[in-house]
Amino acid sequence: MHCSSCIWLLEHLGKLEKGILRSHTDFIQKELSIVYDPTQTSLRKIVEKLHQIGYPPELNLKQTDKSEKVVRSRSRIYKIGIAGFAFGNIMLLSFPEYFSGGTYHGEDFSRAFGYIILFLSLPVFFYSAGEFLENALLSFRQRTINIDVPIAIGIVAMFLRSSYEILSGSGPGYFDSMTGLVFFMLIGRNFQNKTYQWLSFDRDYKSYFPIAVSRIYSNRQEVVSVNELKVNDRIFIRNLEIIPADVLLISESAEIDYSFVTGESRPVRCEKGDRIFAGGRLNGNPAEVVVQQEVSQSYLTQLWNQSSGKQEYKSGFQKVVEKISRWFVVITLLIAVGSFLYWYAIDFNRALHAFTSVLVIACACALALSAPFTFGNMIRILGKKGIYLKNTNVLEKLADIDTVVFDKTGTLTEAENATVEFDGIPLSPELKKAIADLANASSHPLSRILAKKLKDEGHTNSQLSNVVEKEGLGISGQSKQFFIRLGSSKFLNDSTTYPSGFQTTTVGLQVNGELLGYFKFHNRYRPSASPMVQKLKRDGYILSVISGDHEHERSRLATLIGQEEGLAFEQKPEDKVSYVVGLQQQGKKVMMVGDGLNDAVALLNSHVGLAVAEDINNFTPGCDGILLSKKFGSIGALLAFAKSGQRIIIISFIISLLYNFTGLWFAVQGTLSPVIAAILMPISTSSLVIYTVLASSYKARTLLKDA
Amino acid sequence: MSVILILITCSLLVAGGFLAGFLWSVRTGQFDDDISPAVRILFDDETVPKPIENKIKNPDNV
Repeated sequence: MHCSSCIWLLEHLGKLEKGILRSHTDFIQKELSIVYDPTQTSLRKIVEKLHQIGYPPELNLKQTDKSEKVVRSRSRIYKIGIAGFAFGNIMLLSFPEYFSGGTYHGEDFSRAFGYIILFLSLPVFFYSAGEFLENALLSFRQRTINIDVPIAIGIVAMFLRSSYEILSGSGPGYFDSMTGLVFFMLIGRNFQNKTYQWLSFDRDYKSYFPIAVSRIYSNRQEVVSVNELKVNDRIFIRNLEIIPADVLLISESAEIDYSFVTGESRPVRCEKGDRIFAGGRLNGNPAEVVVQQEVSQSYLTQLWNQSSGKQEYKSGFQKVVEKISRWFVVITLLIAVGSFLYWYAIDFNRALHAFTSVLVIACACALALSAPFTFGNMIRILGKKGIYLKNTNVLEKLADIDTVVFDKTGTLTEAENATVEFDGIPLSPELKKAIADLANASSHPLSRILAKKLKDEGHTNSQLSNVVEKEGLGISGQSKQFFIRLGSSKFLNDSTTYPSGFQTTTVGLQVNGELLGYFKFHNRYRPSASPMVQKLKRDGYILSVISGDHEHERSRLATLIGQEEGLAFEQKPEDKVSYVVGLQQQGKKVMMVGDGLNDAVALLNSHVGLAVAEDINNFTPGCDGILLSKKFGSIGALLAFAKSGQRIIIISFIISLLYNFTGLWFAVQGTLSPVIAAILMPISTSSLVIYTVLASSYKARTLLKDA
Repeated sequence: MSVILILITCSLLVAGGFLAGFLWSVRTGQFDDDISPAVRILFDDETVPKPIENKIKNPDNV
C-alpha cells in the first residue's frame, strides 16, 4: 500500500471479486480486513485475486503465533487530550489574574476561579503527568538520575505550591504553567515516538518459513502447520519453497540455494541421503525429504536463539544527557536551598516562596523537549528519504559509531545483477540470440543473469527445439544452425581446464560439439558503493567487509574499499556474529550493514544494525534501521546527520539555560509572579522547539541533499 | 456578576462534552489510521442519487 490509488483499489475489491461484501484498509498498519460471502467466493480466490492485482498477502509463522491482536497504545493520546483540555481552560480562567493581579473582580471570584482551576488540574497531575513521576521514582530506586527527575521535581513543586496558594487563598498558583508544560512535554514524547508500524524491525527466523508444508502420510498428502512437524515425517517440498527444518533427502538429487542462511549465492547440489539444513531454498524439481529435527531444534533456530540476548547499551550522548540532568538537579536544589536560607533570616514566607519559585522556574522543560523534537524531526526527514529507523535511540547510537562492517552479497553487490564476460571466440549475433533463448528456458540463477544480459543487448527470438535441462548442471537445445550446450564442465564432458570454481563462476559454451569458450560471472557492486566508501574513509570510519562468498573477489574488493585489511571471506552466520562481537570487545562501536537472514544475527548483535532492502515491504531481518537499496550511497550522510543532531541539542541546552537564569533572577529574590512564569515558559518552550526543528531541517538540507 | 459563574459552569460543561467526545473517538479507534479515512471520503459514490427525479415531479419543492 503506497498511495490513495491503492486504498481505492483495495476498498473496491468487491467489484473485482464477487462475494466480497466489505473491504477496509488500515494504511498505518498496512492491513486489509475483508468480509466475504463464502457461498460466492473462497479465501483462496480472494488471495489469488490479491496476488494478481499486486498485493500478495503476507503469510508467515510469526503471525500465526500472535494469539491476540496487539492493542495499540492509546493512553498517550488520552493524556494529551486531557492535558490540553485542562491547559486551555485554566489559561482562560487565569486571564483576569494576569491583567489585574486579582483585584479586578473581587475576592470571591478569584477564590471560585482558583477552586475550578485546582479541580481541572487534578487529572493532569495524577493522570497525564503520571509517566514523568513514575519514571522519576523508578530512577530514584535505581539510584540514578534521568531526565525525568528534574521534570518531576518541577511538576511536584508547582503542584504543591499552587495547591497551597489556592487553598489558603494567598495566590493564584502556577497551574497554567504546569498544565501547559505537561501538555507540551507529552506532545514532544509523542512526536519522538513516531514509529513505522508497517515495517517489521523485529522479524526473526520464523518470518522466513512457510506456515504450512505438505506432509506425506500413508501415500496421501496433507497440509500441516510447520509447528506440528515431527521427526521422521516425510514432507514434500516444491520448487522455490524454503525448507523449514533439518531434513534428509529421499529423492535422487536436489539443488539447494542457501543464500538466505550463508550468503553464498551458488546453489549446492545434494544427493540422496544428504542432510539439508533449514533455511535452504529448493531450486528445480520437487523433492521428498524426511524431517530429522523439529523446527524448534533446527540449526537455524539454534543459531538464532544462541545470540538473541542483545545487550542494550547507552550511547555516549545519553550518558551526557544523564550527566547534565544530574548536575541540573544538584545545582537547582543548591540554589533553592541557598535562597531559602538567605531569606529565612528575614521572612519565612518569602523564604518558602523563593524556594519553591526556584524549583518551579528551573523545571527542565527545555532539556526534556529539545531531544524529542530534534530526533523526532530527524527521523521523519530520514523516513521521507527512504531510511527508516526503528526509534530515536538509533539516531543517538549512530552518532557514536566508529566502525562500519558491510556484508558483501546483496549489500555491497546488487542482489540480482552480475556482470557477464565472455572469454573465447567472438560470437555471431545469431548464436547470441539462440543462447539468449536457451538461457531463458532455464530457471537457474546464472541462466537468468545471462538471459537478461543478452536480452538487454537486443538478442532474442530464435526458434529452439529439443530443450533439455539437467538440474544444476546445464541445458542444451537445438536452433536452426546450432546445437548449443551451456553448463558446467561435467555437463559438457569437457576435459579442458578452464578456470572454474573459486576464481569466478563460469559456464562453458559448446556449439555443435565444439567448445567456444566460457561465460564469466562477476558480482556487480552497487554504483553508489565506491563513493560512499570513500566518504566513510574520509570521515575517519574503520571499514570491514565480511562475506559468505569465496575469496575470488578479494582483489576487486580491496580496490573498491582501498584497503587490504578488514576483509573476511567464507564467513558463516556465526562467524559474522563473532567478527562483530570481536570488534565490540576491542571497544569499537560497530554498525553492521547487511541484508539477508544470514546477516540477521550479526545485525542484532551490532550496536546499530542496518538492513538493506530492495523493497521495504519484503523480507528484512531484525534490525535497527531499514535502508532502501537505492539509498545505499547515503550511509555516510546518515552518519554525519546523526552527529549533527547532537550538536543541535547541545546548543538548545545552552539556550534553555539562558532562559532559566532569567527566571532564576526573579525566583531567588522571591518576586516570581505567576505572570512572569506564564510568559517565560511558553516563550522558552516554543523558541526551543522552533530552533530544534529549523536547525535539524537545515542540516538535513545540507547534509542529505544527495540522499 | 455571579452570572459569570453560571457562564463558566456552562462553558466548562460544553468543553467537557467535547473532551468526552474526543475520548470516545480515540477509544473507537478513529485516531488509529489517519490516512485512509481522509482518502476514502474522496471516492465517488457508486449509487446514483434518486431525489433528482422527485424534484422534477414536484416543482413546488424547489
